[in-house]
Amino acid sequence: MNLKLKVWRQKNANTTGAFVKYDVNDISDEMSFLEMLDVLNEKLITTGEEPIAFDHDCREGICGMCSLYIDGKPHGPWQANTTCQLHMRAFKDGDTITIEPWRSNAFPIVKDLTVDRGAFDRIIQAGGYISVNTGNAVDGNSLPIKKDDADASFAAAMCIGCGACVAACKNSSAMLFLSAKVSHLALLPQGDPERKSRVLNMVAQMDKEGFGSCTNTGACEAACPKEISIANIARLNKEYLRAGLTAE
Amino acid sequence: MSSKNMFTSSVGKKLVMAFTGIFLILFLIVHAGLNACIWANDNGLMFNKAAHFMGSFVVPRVLEIGLFVGIFLHILQGYMLTLENRSKRSVGYAVNYAKGSKWYSRSMALLGTLLLMFLIMHIYHFWTPSRLGGIGSIHSLKTFELNGVEYHNLYAEMQAIFQNVYVVILYVLACGSLAYHLAHGFQSAFKTIGIHNKRYHTLISSIGYGFAILIPLAFAMMPISFYFELVK
Repeated sequence: MNLKLKVWRQKNANTTGAFVKYDVNDISDEMSFLEMLDVLNEKLITTGEEPIAFDHDCREGICGMCSLYIDGKPHGPWQANTTCQLHMRAFKDGDTITIEPWRSNAFPIVKDLTVDRGAFDRIIQAGGYISVNTGNAVDGNSLPIKKDDADASFAAAMCIGCGACVAACKNSSAMLFLSAKVSHLALLPQGDPERKSRVLNMVAQMDKEGFGSCTNTGACEAACPKEISIANIARLNKEYLRAGLTAE
Repeated sequence: MSSKNMFTSSVGKKLVMAFTGIFLILFLIVHAGLNACIWANDNGLMFNKAAHFMGSFVVPRVLEIGLFVGIFLHILQGYMLTLENRSKRSVGYAVNYAKGSKWYSRSMALLGTLLLMFLIMHIYHFWTPSRLGGIGSIHSLKTFELNGVEYHNLYAEMQAIFQNVYVVILYVLACGSLAYHLAHGFQSAFKTIGIHNKRYHTLISSIGYGFAILIPLAFAMMPISFYFELVK
């Protein structure tokens, strides 16, 4: 298939960017979206132009590295899917596809479609872990955990930290990401000792990074490639309220 | 972070919105319940008695102060959050389908602004003559006497005001804004205070949508009832 692309090009964080139009021809519908961009980049390199910078790593939908706001949707038109797992059969011959980077002041553009998602790392550093002494690994089965809690914790732990929730939210809120990380640990006995300081510190770091507030519109949940539930946000709020009222 | 700034963080500000929102939801139930007395078809006697109780008894008067504080906090925090949230994305998207969210969920500030405009008109119509009547250019309500007690005739005031078709239309439109504001606000408030799980989700959504339809409908029927003389 032949396609027209409108791609956001920006030299670096200090310059203003603009859309540049490209034609890509003879694209197989079995290619992934990133492979289509690889084809375009090879063409650009051959003609001496600067290739388009975009994030990618595993290309298996599990690392959270790829991004891209494709035709107005994070990770493109398919539900519960990452950009690297989006295939060109999602488009028709002759389509014009608009590709933009994640837009949020907390995710500054590094180059073209690549944004700096270090803010997520710093939120994790603020409390998204459990402190354990070193020593022999404890047998996992020695600590009984309710099946429902284990399942909910696992579902929250599915978050790959790609930032689609921030990109989709009209407020650039990182609450779905944060709530997944808080829920993941709050539901397990290992996460219990630090649950109050964790939620308070992670929310404080999220605010420091410049993300907006959650207004419960549900856009994040709809855009999440891992289908993280908005119920986690309610859990985070409950954890926060409890910690705020009872922490010393 | 300490718990001291729990109401000034991004989550804390939403908690203020939720708690004041739930307080305002409770107020709407009381307001709609009392106003429903107009349908007693007793020439407003029951309604005027209820209004007299609200205006003369100490508990509702104290709650009235709480109501004004709640409304003020809800409006102020709402606008501050809206401005703050808008500043978080300096460059917008060229194409944005806003998939997965309802238009009214994304338009709470606009709906709230329409409600604020209505509120100013509503307070001017009924609260100021009732509570501040006789001050400056604010006219007093007509009164009547029953068993030696002087009552404000708010019912007559409603009859007079709702003779104007444009006022009736504005009130009905405001009830539309209220319905959509509640359709999102009710559920959102409960999510914000942490009540949203498999057990309560369906129940809260159903009550929320029911409330968002019934309460504004009841309010909208009041000016309509007066205009079409459905109450006597």
